[in-house]
Amino acid sequence: MKARILTALAALCCLATPALAADNAVKIGLVTTLSGPAGVIGKHMKDAADLAMDMLGNKIGGKPAEIVFGDDQFKPDVGRQVAEQMVKRDKVDFMTGFIWSNVLLASYEPVIKSGIIFIGANAGPHELAGAMCAPNYFSASWQNDQTPEAMGKYMNDQKMDDVYLIAPDYAAGKDMVNGFKRYFKGKVAAEVFTKPGQTDYQVEISQLRSANPKTLFIFLPGAMGIQFVKQYDQAGLRGKIPLYSAFTVDETTLPAIGAAADGNYEASFWSPDLDNPRNKEFVAAFRKKYNYIPSYYAAQQFDAIFQIDDAVKAVKGNLKDRKGMIARIDKADFPSVRGKFTYNTNHFPIENFYLLKIVKDSDGQYVRKIQGVMFANHKDAYSSECHMKPYK
Amino acid sequence: MIAVAEQVLNGVQFGITLFLMAAGLTLIFGVMNLVNLAHGSLYMVGAYIAAATFNATHSFLLGIGAALAGTAAVGIAIEVVVFRRLYRRDHLDQVLATFGLILFFNELVRMIWGATALYAQVPGFLAGQVELLPGAPYPTYRLAIIVAGLVVGVLIYLLVMKTRIGMLIRAGASDRTMVGALGVNITLLYTLVFGVGAALAALSGALAGPVFTVESGMGDDLLILAFVVIVIGGIGSIRGAFIASVLVGVVDTIGRAFLRQLFALVMSGFAADSAGPATASMLIYVLMAAVLFFRPQGLFPRENR
Repeated sequence: MKARILTALAALCCLATPALAADNAVKIGLVTTLSGPAGVIGKHMKDAADLAMDMLGNKIGGKPAEIVFGDDQFKPDVGRQVAEQMVKRDKVDFMTGFIWSNVLLASYEPVIKSGIIFIGANAGPHELAGAMCAPNYFSASWQNDQTPEAMGKYMNDQKMDDVYLIAPDYAAGKDMVNGFKRYFKGKVAAEVFTKPGQTDYQVEISQLRSANPKTLFIFLPGAMGIQFVKQYDQAGLRGKIPLYSAFTVDETTLPAIGAAADGNYEASFWSPDLDNPRNKEFVAAFRKKYNYIPSYYAAQQFDAIFQIDDAVKAVKGNLKDRKGMIARIDKADFPSVRGKFTYNTNHFPIENFYLLKIVKDSDGQYVRKIQGVMFANHKDAYSSECHMKPYK
Repeated sequence: MIAVAEQVLNGVQFGITLFLMAAGLTLIFGVMNLVNLAHGSLYMVGAYIAAATFNATHSFLLGIGAALAGTAAVGIAIEVVVFRRLYRRDHLDQVLATFGLILFFNELVRMIWGATALYAQVPGFLAGQVELLPGAPYPTYRLAIIVAGLVVGVLIYLLVMKTRIGMLIRAGASDRTMVGALGVNITLLYTLVFGVGAALAALSGALAGPVFTVESGMGDDLLILAFVVIVIGGIGSIRGAFIASVLVGVVDTIGRAFLRQLFALVMSGFAADSAGPATASMLIYVLMAAVLFFRPQGLFPRENR
């Protein structure tokens, strides 16, 4: 019986089977979550990568190319295994993707040691921005603390006071709160840490109402945020205690939250309505092909594929010239959907963060709209801990 | 004092949501001796059907009706196709097969409705708040869940204790072979019980949709709590499931609401910040362990087993 259960589990873990391709093709390994509730994020990333390949005519730097997709199942051990397989068996030339900080940290070392250029397309744990930084690792997104820092700075600039904080009780939740407090110097009414994966927030909402703070800042990604925002609305608090959030109300959760998020605020480095030609092209093509609005997960992954394309072009298709490609990526001189940005010494972006408001658009859908810049050219807090070595 | 009363109310409401889920599970476990891990999938199917019907027709009651009928049909179908082969197998085989069903249903809803969570809204006539306790307006919809749970609890109790079908269900639970020998179609009875259990899960899911997230895998976490409830209440006992649900709901809620403050009285604020939530999330499992230690049969074991 035990053997049978083990066989079933073994069968489950190895579902990612990459397609075979021409020998001289450029291969990109993309690890994300394609199954389970978080699969929606992986779908945004996979769709964006597929769209990028469409626009490039399935070529990277002019050479035939393919993407090998792997499902990390939201588990660090599985993510590492999939990444190692891609490096050793599939012999990928580049690695990208990765939604979760814990999965990224587990998979980081084998990829970095192999010398492959690795462009993280979402998670930005502080270790990788600081002591563990590497010449062949770049972030196409942000360092985890940057978004809550931008929110903290904005609230501080607005002289907001009496802010109530809610985040899940795990590493990223604590990081978010610390990032927020790094720039927010006003009065914090309370810091509430909830159970990760919690479904019912009525307890916290009752406490919130009796504390009656002036402002609320939450970090509750995925289903947690959908639940919280709906329940906060049902309790009649929307309009009474303004809600600001990070990584909570976005294009993956808005279809499920709908009107309950009307008038709430978010912080992000990107939004579908960001006004630059490249972004307009991306959003229009994405909506045309997939019939839904892309999220920042999609935008980051889209950028990462074009960064790789740009790097391969710069070395004229000589994939052995990794030094040349790294130097090229470091210039960040490709058409990014976020507009022009630069890389910090630790290979994390120095970029703008915007205040977004949730409003109803002309189609009757709820969308995030940019209200203004919260924090221009924002650098992460860990670059001084990174002693970047030259690539060998 | 009002804060405590309000949190107790929150706990009762959470418990009633759990009861709707646990009632079906305990009925199936108690009567058919079947461990059905896929009960959470039926909850999810109910939530999806209700939300999809509501989004298409804008009628909440039609959504509930469609969820009950549709999920009961799905439940009966899997009983006929899968479970009939499992009654005679041991519990581990049942666990493996029903675990497979969880994966199957999680993928199925994703194929039909997509990976994004579905929109589910509180109906207009239940939106808003009622000021039950002074200064603490309570969402009307949550009161409606309490009422629905109590009504269902009474109906199930009457069905099992006062009707002929209920008598057969109880008889089947005590001695399946003897009931069969007396000329009762036990196969049909089992299918019926399974349909009722599925409908209960669907009602729970349909009511939970507007409060929680309608997404693939939404029933999996609740299922674990439902198992805790039936273990505490005594397997197969509807009355036990009801009392245990409310107990678990209140203990969990009160723990989350007040444990941190309680800890802050005896330790530093920082230590209380991490110990409070951590202990609160363990509390119901501690409760279960204590019940298992002192009353291994649960609080209200079925008689003449």
